[in-house]
Parts: sequence; C-alpha cells; structure tokens
Amino acid sequence: MQDTLLWSRILTSLTLGFHIIFATIGVGVPVMIMIAEWLGIRRNDPHYMLLARRWSRGFTVTVAVGVVTGTCIGLQLSLLWPSFMQIAGQVIALPLFMETFAFFFEAIFLGIYLYTWDRFKNRWLHWAFIIPVVIGSSASAFFITTVNAFMNAPQGFTLENGVITHIEPLKAMFNPATPTKVSHVLSSAFMTSAAILAAVTAWLILRGRRTEYYKKALRLTVLWTFVFGVGTALIGDLSGKYLAEYQPEKLAAAEWHFETKEHADLLVGGVLDEKNQQVKGALPLPGMLSFLAHSDFNAKVTGLNEFPKDVWPPLFVHYLFDLMVGVGVYAVAISLLFLVIRIWNKSQEWNSWLLRLIVLGGPLSVIGIELGWMFAEIGRQPWILRGYMRTSQGVTTSSDVGAMLILFALLYLVLGVVCIYVLLRMTKKNPPEAEMQKRGITL
Amino acid sequence: MSIELLGITILWLFLLGYVIVASIDFGAGFFALYGKWTGTGEIVNQVIQRYLSPVWEVTNVFLIFFVVGIVGFFPDTAYYYGTALLVPASIALVLLAIRGSFYAFDHYGKTNTVFLFLYGFTGLLIPASLATVLTISIGGFVEKQGNNVVLLMGKLFASPYSWSVVFLALVSVLFISASFLTYYANRAQDKQAEELLRTWAVFWSFPTIFASFLVFLSLRNHNLEFFNNMLDVSWLFILSFAFFLCAVSLLIRKKSYGLAFIFVMLQFASAFFGYGIGHMPYLLYPYVTIYSGVNNPIMAEALVWAFVGGLCLLVPSLYLLMRLFLFNAGYVQGRK
Ligand code: HDD
Ligand code: HEM
Ligand code: HEM
Repeated sequence: MQDTLLWSRILTSLTLGFHIIFATIGVGVPVMIMIAEWLGIRRNDPHYMLLARRWSRGFTVTVAVGVVTGTCIGLQLSLLWPSFMQIAGQVIALPLFMETFAFFFEAIFLGIYLYTWDRFKNRWLHWAFIIPVVIGSSASAFFITTVNAFMNAPQGFTLENGVITHIEPLKAMFNPATPTKVSHVLSSAFMTSAAILAAVTAWLILRGRRTEYYKKALRLTVLWTFVFGVGTALIGDLSGKYLAEYQPEKLAAAEWHFETKEHADLLVGGVLDEKNQQVKGALPLPGMLSFLAHSDFNAKVTGLNEFPKDVWPPLFVHYLFDLMVGVGVYAVAISLLFLVIRIWNKSQEWNSWLLRLIVLGGPLSVIGIELGWMFAEIGRQPWILRGYMRTSQGVTTSSDVGAMLILFALLYLVLGVVCIYVLLRMTKKNPPEAEMQKRGITL
Repeated sequence: MSIELLGITILWLFLLGYVIVASIDFGAGFFALYGKWTGTGEIVNQVIQRYLSPVWEVTNVFLIFFVVGIVGFFPDTAYYYGTALLVPASIALVLLAIRGSFYAFDHYGKTNTVFLFLYGFTGLLIPASLATVLTISIGGFVEKQGNNVVLLMGKLFASPYSWSVVFLALVSVLFISASFLTYYANRAQDKQAEELLRTWAVFWSFPTIFASFLVFLSLRNHNLEFFNNMLDVSWLFILSFAFFLCAVSLLIRKKSYGLAFIFVMLQFASAFFGYGIGHMPYLLYPYVTIYSGVNNPIMAEALVWAFVGGLCLLVPSLYLLMRLFLFNAGYVQGRK
C-alpha cells in the first residue's frame, strides 16, 4: 500500500515533469512566433519571416510530444488517483472540460497556420491565424492551472460526512490561488520559451554563424527574455503574498521560518539542523521575508510552529524555492547585461562569454520551471486537496503501479531522445543559409 | 430528457466522432505502411499524407474530450474504471503516445521507415485495445473485491465475445478508412490510388458486416439484458444494414464516393446508437449507472453550458479547416 503511494507519486511527477517541458514550449513559443512574424510583415523584413517559419516548424515536433504526454497525464489522473478524481471531479470538472475545447481550438488553427504560408495575398491574414493558437494554448494553461490552484486553495463546495454538496463550479475555479498561479505559470512559460530560443541562437553564433539573420534573432529573443523575466519575478513576488495569506505553512517551510515574528529575514541557502530548528551558513536578507509576504519590511510572518507537525511540508523545499528564484535572477541579469552592452559598447555584442552565458540560460530556465513545480507540489504535501484530502487517501488500490512506472519511464526516454534527434536533423538537413538561398533572401 | 441522459448522449456523440475520425487516421497509417511494403507506396501515400497532415492533432482531442467529459459528468466512473484499468489503459496510452509522436517525427522531421512502421502498426493495436474497454463495460469482467476493483484478465482473454469485438474494431477501421480515402483520392483526381483504395474498401466491407453479426450474437450469451434492450431497437440495426448495402453498392458500381462515405458513417452511427441504447442506464454493469454518478446536477448543468459555448467556437473553426483543406479542390489536388 505504502509502495503504491510512492510509485504513484513518482509516476505522476515523472509524467508531469516531462509534459511540462513541452507544455511550456507549447504556451510560449507561439507568442514568439507571433512577435517575429509581426515584425517581419511590419518592417517587410524576410529575416523575421524566416525566423517565424523555422520556429513554427520545430514547434510542430514539440507539440506532438506535448499532446501525447498530455494525453498520458489526463488519463493517469484517473488511473492513479481514482478516489481523488471521484471527489474533485464533482467540483472542478468544469475547467478540465473547458481545457479540451481550448486544445481543440488551438489544434485546428495550428493546422491552418502551418499549411497556409504563402497561400494568402494579404500577409496579415496568415499572421492572424497564429492569434487563435496563442489564445488557445494560453487558455489551456489557464484552465489546467485553475485545477491545480483548486488543489491548493479548495473552495466552492461543502463536505459533510464524505458527501459533497453546495457546489459552485465558478467559485471553485476562481479560488484565491488562481490569479497569481495562472499569471506566474504563463509569464514563466513565456520567459522560458524566449530563453530557449535565445540559447539556440547564441549556440549557433558561437559555432560560427554570424550573419544578420542570427543577430536579429538574438536581439529579439534576449529582449523578450528580459521583459518576461521581469514580469515573472514581479508576479512571483505576488505569489509569495498569496502564500502568506492562504498557505502560510508552505511559505514558512520554504524559508525555514519556525517562530512567528516581525521583520522576518529571507534566508538564502544554508543547512538546517532540524532538531534545534537552527540554520547554519545561510545568507540572511533582513526584513525581506516580511516584504515578500506582506509588502512591508516590518510585517509579522506566521511561522511553522503554529501548525501541527503532521501537516508540515518536507523542509527541503527551501532549496527548490531558492534555486527557482536564482534562475529568475540569472535570466534577468544576463539579458539585461546583453541589452546594456548592446547599447553602450556594440563591439562586445558577440562576446563569446556573454554568448555562453545566454546558452546556459536556456536549460536553466527549464530547470527553473521544474523546480517551481516541485516546490509548489511538494510544498502542498501531505495534502492532495489542502485541508480536505490527504495524498494517501486519493491513491489507487492497484498493485501494478511499479511496473507501469518502468513502462512510462522507458516511453519518455524514447520520446525525449528521438525528439531531440529529429530536431537536430531538421536544422542540419535544412540550415537557415540554404533556406535563405532558396527563397532569395540576402544573408 | 434528463440531464444525465443529455450528458451521456453528448459524450456518446463525441465517441462516435472519435471512432470515425480516428479510424480514418489509423487506417490511413496502416495503408501507408502496407503500400510501402508492397511497393504501391507512392500512389497511396501522396493522398494519405495530404489528408493526414493538417488534421491529425484534432483526432486525439476527441478522445481526451470523451475521457474528461465522462469523469466530469459521472465521477464514479473515474473510481471504477480508473482502478480496474490501470494496466490495460497504460498500455493503450503508450501505444497512443508512440503513434502520435512518431507520426509527427516522420512527417515534420525526418522520413524514416522505422518511424513509419511504428505509427502504421500501432494504429491497428490502439483500436483493438480501446474496444476492449467497451467489452469490459458490459459487465462480468470487473469485480469489486472489498475495497478494491479488479479486472479479471484471464476471463477477458478467454472470452469469445471479447475477441469478436477486437476483430470488429480492426476491420471497421480498415473499412471506414478505405472508403473515406477512396472518396479523397477521387477528389484529388488520382485514378490509380482511387482504384486501389476502392478495392480495399470493398474487400473490407464483408468482414465488417460479418464481425458485427458475430458481436451481436455473442452478446446474447454474455448479457441477456443488453441483448434484449437492443432487440427493442432492432430497427436501428436494420437501418444500419440498409446503409451498409447502399454504401457497398455505390462502391462496387464506382459511383458517388462521397455519398458512399456518408452511408458508411450513417451505418456506424445507427449501430453505435443502437448499442448505446441497449447499454442504458449502465456505464459499468452492474456497478455504475448514469444516475449513480451524478449526485450534483449543478456541475452537470455547468458542463452542458460549457459544451454549448465550446461548440459555438468550434463548429465555425472546423468548418474553416475543412474549407481550407479537406474540401478545397486546389489543395486536395496538390496545387496548393
Ligand atoms: C523559470 C521559471 C520560474 C522563475 C524564474 C520563477 N518562478 Fe516561481 N514558479 C514557477 C516558475 C518560475 C512555476 C513553475 O510556474 C510555479 C510552480 C507552480 C506555480 O504556480 O508556478 C512557481 C511557483 C512559485 C511560488 C509558489 C506558488 C504556489 O505554490 O502557489 C512562489 C511563491 C514563487 N514561484 C515565487 C517566485 C519568485 C519570488 C521568483 C523570483 C524571481 C520566481 N518565483 C521565479
Ligand atoms: C490538474 C492539475 C494537477 C493535478 C490534479 C495534480 C495532481 C498531483 C498529484 C496527485 C500528485 C501526487 C502527490 C504528490 O506526490 O505530491 C502531484 C505531484 C506532483 N505534481 Fe501535480 N497536479 C496538477 C498540476 C500539476 C502541474 C501542472 C504540474 C507541473 C508540471 C505538476 C507537478 C507535479 C510534481 C512535480 C509533483 C511531484 C511532487 C512530489 O513528488 O511530491 N502538477 N500532482
Ligand atoms: C501548467 C501546466 C500545464 C500547461 C501549461 C499545459 C499546457 C499544455 C499544452 C500547451 C499542450 C499541447 C496542446 C496542443 O498543443 O494541442 C498540452 C497538452 C495536454 N495537456 Fe497539458 N499543460 C499543463 C499541465 C497539464 C496537466 C496537469 C494536465 C492533466 C490534467 C494536462 C493535460 C493535457 C492533455 C490531456 C493534453 C493533450 C491535449 C491534446 O490531445 O491535444 N496538462 N498541455
């Protein structure tokens, strides 16, 4: 029984952790495509048009993996957590159901967009077809994230003797966690996608491709990494304020903040002595936790000791939180550095160290997404539905979860490897230079 | 109509949609593989690629819609099916994942015989494994043991009924798919492909009707209640057979393939609804009925409204997709 719980948790995290990479790309890259094609038409610049075209081609491959892994998680929720879905399904089915419409909408218009390049005289008409794709993918992220928000801050129903009554679907969907969660998920997806595209461009430049096309691509992607990065950090700050109000135990666990007090410090890194609740070697930022929680350096922040020990989240979430924030700081700092250098000292724009740092930003952002989700989900433990249902109560009674874990691990391994192989082959076989020549674009 | 009945009707309609669209998709993948094998590849493949490319992603959503919808409307199904089906559903998922992703890899990325083999072949296994869920729903294969719900695998594999359903699923996929592609090849004015696909359609039509009878008859031994329910609406099955005869006669006489395909769809639709009505009110015999799940009409109502809103968005978009690709003569003939 205990094993089933463990395997189910691992399988769920594996599927979600794999899906989220492709989901993030699926939400963010259409936005970048939209921006690039817009610039291309606006400035009548074939380079931007080519960027949009090439990005969208790679995008189709990642979308495919996103769709199939999403299908996996959609079914696995019922397979691994049947009791949870039986209860939660009654209250939160609405956004899950609407999400499928968003997918439908996105899938239809993505098909149209991909196959109608050069089909219309008016190029804005083709551009217009990416807009429903952007709306569809952001809407699906919105809907699914409200479900997750509901797990963190359930409302909109009454539970009496195991029977659910007084259901208000809209109230359940628009719970207190929804605003910050949705906006943070969206902005971090936009940032990560821009950072990945910037990393790919910088990598190609490092390998000696130095034409105007790459220059434009790099400036565009780094600029947007910066914009979305700042947005992500600001919204992350709001997420902290949400936690302080509705899930104080999660915030306290993230900061190893045991005693309720005013003017609380934010701790960076460090090692915890759990018995004595002592932290060693951490860098304290005076009053910053109070600010993160309540926008006031002197405000009072609730500590973990206010809560019974059996509802404490695992305390290692501290590191997950710190690393996630670290990724945000890194992405904003590096992209700002690039922008500043571009304005002040153009000759250093191609500085190979700067390019290397940008390359690193791509994988780091993906790791940031993973860490953020691990923090949010593990920080919710032991609850699957905070305050109502423990994770151990939601799990399946089947004894075959271990074998399924191996099966899916193999599947994701194959999908991941083949996906990367196919993407590499695509650029190798049809490099931008060849395509520019074919289309008569000056390099 | 009660809200429960409305809900299951909507979902059943979507499942029918999935059966048709996915059959075309799966069958096409198999024909592409077969074509490559026997060297007839070039002809059929071009037709198939042009159809499949813009629509493949839409197919999958039909399935998701059904799953999410049934859990939403009837949460008890999540508990029973979820617990019982962990292993078979996981295997079906892996197949679906391989099929979808390798199709995209092959098509958008890099053409590769292994990829083609993977998606062509899994396309046949998926309908077989999904059809098994329908088998299970008629009861006798799932048992509640204390707190646990178990699937009786041995019984499932030994049951002739279960195998006849699998057989029906396979031949239906090939029949539906070949009859659609015949029509499509005709629109594309690809005479050679048209002739080949037409022969396939005719070839697979008789096993289809044979398998249908087989399933119908073996159901009698398995669940007499459902069988009698179905006899009550036997006019639907007679209608279905009539549609089948119309479709096949058109195909044999090489006439109006579009109409022939419409008859094929009607044939499946009437049989599908006949079967569905026979099944009512059970979702999983004898544990879950459509009434035991919904104890909250509020959510069901919200879902129906969401559905209406969603359709208002989707129908025009689907219309646009079809206008631009499926029924656009220029595109079909490869000029665009
Ligand atoms: C690259 C991605 C990324 C980056 C740079 C950041 N985050 Fe984040 N964070 C996420 C990606 C993410 C996420 C994956 O989107 C999470 C997981 C669940 C969620 O709602 O969003 C998240 C959750 C999350 C939560 C928990 C919300 C909850 O459990 O409801 C907080 C408090 C923050 N973040 C705060 C921040 C702060 C103060 C950042 C400052 C830079 C920051 N995040 C950067
Ligand atoms: C529909 C929304 C979601 C549901 C129903 C859901 C459900 C669950 C469940 C049941 C678990 C297992 C309990 C646990 O081990 O913590 C879990 C864990 C996890 N989920 Fe969520 N989740 C949702 C959204 C997400 C999303 C969008 C992500 C992003 C990728 C995510 C990431 C994770 C991770 C990383 C874990 C592992 C945590 C751990 O090991 O404890 N979840 N989720
Ligand atoms: C915040 C986290 C998530 C985001 C941003 C996200 C977004 C996406 C995106 C963009 C796709 C690709 C769809 C397409 O391009 O057509 C996708 C697929 C899918 N996702 Fe996720 N997803 C998230 C988490 C989840 C979770 C937790 C579930 C489970 C309930 C889920 C269920 C699905 C399903 C079922 C699909 C396949 C849809 C199809 O067949 O087209 N997603 N998701």
